[in-house]
Amino acid sequence: MTSSSPLPPRGVFAPLSRRGFMGGAASLSSVPLLSHAARADEKSTGQQPSTPDDNPAHYKPIFFNPEEYLFLCHACERILPQDENGPGAQALGVPRFIDRQMTTPYGHGDLWYMKAPFVNGPPELGYQLPYSPQDLYRGAITPINTYCLMTYHAIFAALSPEWQDDVLHTLEDNKLSFNEIPGATFFEQLRTNTLEGAFSDPAYGGNYAMGGWKMMGFPGARADFMDWINQEGAPYPLGPVGMPPKPDPYSPSFQNDEEG
Amino acid sequence: MPDQTFPPAKPDVVVIGAGWAGSIMAKELTEAGLNVTMLERGHDHSTAVEGTYPGSIDELRGAVRKRLFQKLAHTSLTIRNKPNETALPYRQLAAFLPGEGVGGAGLHWSGCHFRVTEDDLRLRSATIERYGQKFIPKDMHLQDYGISYKELEPFFDKAEKVFGTSGEASSVQGRKTGQGNIFAPDRSDHFPLPAMADTFSASVFRKAASEAGFHPYSMPAANASQPYTNPYGCQMGPCNFCGYCSGYACYLYSKASPNVNILPALRQDKRFTLITQAQVLEIMLDDTRKRATGVRYIDLKTESEQVIEADLVILSAFQLNNVHLMLTSGIGKPYDPVSQTGTIGRNFTYQTITSSRVWLPENRFTNQFVGAGGGGVAIDDFNHSGLDRGKAGFIGGSPIWVNQAGLKPITAAQNSGGKGAPRWGSAYKAAMIDQYKHSLAIDAHGSNMAYRDVYLDLDPTWRNAYGQPMLRMTFTWKDNDIRMNQFVVNHIGDIAQAMGATKTSLNSLHPGQPFDSRVYQTTHLNGGVILGNNPKTSALNRYLQSWDVSNLFVIGSSAFPQGMGYNPTGLVAALAYWSAYHIRQTYLRNPGPMVHA
Repeated sequence: MTSSSPLPPRGVFAPLSRRGFMGGAASLSSVPLLSHAARADEKSTGQQPSTPDDNPAHYKPIFFNPEEYLFLCHACERILPQDENGPGAQALGVPRFIDRQMTTPYGHGDLWYMKAPFVNGPPELGYQLPYSPQDLYRGAITPINTYCLMTYHAIFAALSPEWQDDVLHTLEDNKLSFNEIPGATFFEQLRTNTLEGAFSDPAYGGNYAMGGWKMMGFPGARADFMDWINQEGAPYPLGPVGMPPKPDPYSPSFQNDEEG
Repeated sequence: MPDQTFPPAKPDVVVIGAGWAGSIMAKELTEAGLNVTMLERGHDHSTAVEGTYPGSIDELRGAVRKRLFQKLAHTSLTIRNKPNETALPYRQLAAFLPGEGVGGAGLHWSGCHFRVTEDDLRLRSATIERYGQKFIPKDMHLQDYGISYKELEPFFDKAEKVFGTSGEASSVQGRKTGQGNIFAPDRSDHFPLPAMADTFSASVFRKAASEAGFHPYSMPAANASQPYTNPYGCQMGPCNFCGYCSGYACYLYSKASPNVNILPALRQDKRFTLITQAQVLEIMLDDTRKRATGVRYIDLKTESEQVIEADLVILSAFQLNNVHLMLTSGIGKPYDPVSQTGTIGRNFTYQTITSSRVWLPENRFTNQFVGAGGGGVAIDDFNHSGLDRGKAGFIGGSPIWVNQAGLKPITAAQNSGGKGAPRWGSAYKAAMIDQYKHSLAIDAHGSNMAYRDVYLDLDPTWRNAYGQPMLRMTFTWKDNDIRMNQFVVNHIGDIAQAMGATKTSLNSLHPGQPFDSRVYQTTHLNGGVILGNNPKTSALNRYLQSWDVSNLFVIGSSAFPQGMGYNPTGLVAALAYWSAYHIRQTYLRNPGPMVHA
């Protein structure tokens, strides 16, 4: 089987794989800070550095109000925190990603079957609420802050990371509900969208400087592994690339395609 | 490439659904000289538009926001586990992912292209011969297809040549090759293309499975291992293991699809007309209710209702939609689980699939993003006809395989953690990265038997966007299939050990576990309009012709009496070619029932 594979001789790739392994280890240790990630990107792929306007720290939300966006920035960061393994959700632009998703057909719940009646049932039968992703965020964030004020005397964003984690655990374990939104439903929405934002193409506003893909070792839109089908367990040597050319995912034509 | 021309006032044939089954039937019947009009509820899809790089390999847009799948906003179904429960709508796609648009699920499938084991087609007879009637659990509706493997073999062969399937044969015209799946039945010819290369993960599994005493083989893949031109003149390019098969349109013309392998030839035929955005509401019958006169549909472009008359109607939509349309058209008798009468909705089955995970040492990178949807290495030691099931006490079986199809980071991150491990935070993040870099999945992809109280009917409450009652699914796991799954998964541990696993997470079903519609399992849904030899227990005769309406043929996995261990597409295609052959040879010369009950 393997002997009939279309691979070039092993020797061609062996030195490359060793370099790739060293390079990968080095870049992993250097990604915790955003500026480092951007510089590593320039070096490894030769792509243009990100423009200042592209920096998620400068983003002005279009759907969320300032209170909601502040909550989102802090809550996403606890789901995927910045640490020795790489950037966190905030540096990756996850809040920007979620804000932009809210105005797509997905955010409006247009990808779901949303006809009444809405009846509660066992969890195995799936989501049964009349709320779109927009509704879930809008309905839960302010009451969660109110809960934090009553319990901890500060809004979520002002709590210590440990207390923020306590609040998120309470939601995940479904010990709180807000405006008929079960805490666990909101938590799963937040976790799902956080991970989508961290690991989707940067065109959507998250995965800033492909920092999410770098820490996963995912090479992005390369989509050609003819020479790496089986290299005996060596790491893939090349860093990620984004989608070229970057489509504007919020243009009317793109959204029509999504709906069609 | 005209795709929206007006149909002839009265075509000879109307085909409902532009997936594999519909495209095969349309090709065969135009070859027979008939005018064929094919109706498809969704949009047109072609590699040159929807399949272009890089838009086609965007995980968020593709598998996550479900670009090529059924638009649930228009229509869905309801689900419950037991007949005494209230079924609730499947509001978000998760457990299974039907397609929509030209190509159907055949555009976004993986490309696992199997045949059958010889016993799959005669499972009731084979079980009774070996274990006796009492071995069949009460309330299991175990049935034969009424077709033998030998009869179907030429059509498996034809489908593989059209699909450009890559694989290694074990036995060709009685001669053993010394390769391939030693348990596979004899073949008239080799696969048209050599097997796909093993990914690193698959090669580790091949070696370990062999050391553990099993019989590994290259999975048959409708992913082209070399450039290929099929009998219709349609061309495929070699697969580069980009990893975007399941959930995506292949940008390289490497994965077989109706769009790549059949429609380019059909679209050039003047006798063929494709109408997209045509939502069929009803197959119309004459006053005798024994003859179809055509179909009624909504043209979604103009939001107007249309009727097409035809002499022959081919119902070849997705499995769920075939059952739905039979019920909404009032063809045949709906199945009643109490009196056990009626056939439409009877013998609905799924696939008993669980995925286990093995971690390799930190200096071994599994590069899980590298892959091909149909490629990999499997063992059939727990699926083949000869396996003694007497002691373990189950009917059915399951291949075990490493089918590294290309794992993308959003999906990998979503599915990391849980079962006691953190699902968020720094510890989750470290484990998730480690899992992505160093682990691999081993699946038990098993059969699912049919039962008295597992079935499809119409929901009393929820409706689709066209005002019709939606389909209602009553489904859960049963002891026989849970025993089978546990028996098979236990052996994955032996293989993991031989692989040098640093950690293993074995996953199997457990007794009493309900079917969970929130978790992706597979889109391999079967039955509901099954074939057989008895009109009391099957909706179709052995030629997939309706017992009740002889100018209606219902093609697809809806015809399977039970779910087998393999993926269904190979059998769907073979049954389509089998049915078309007999329509051409027999039915067209003398229209009417081809089997007299």
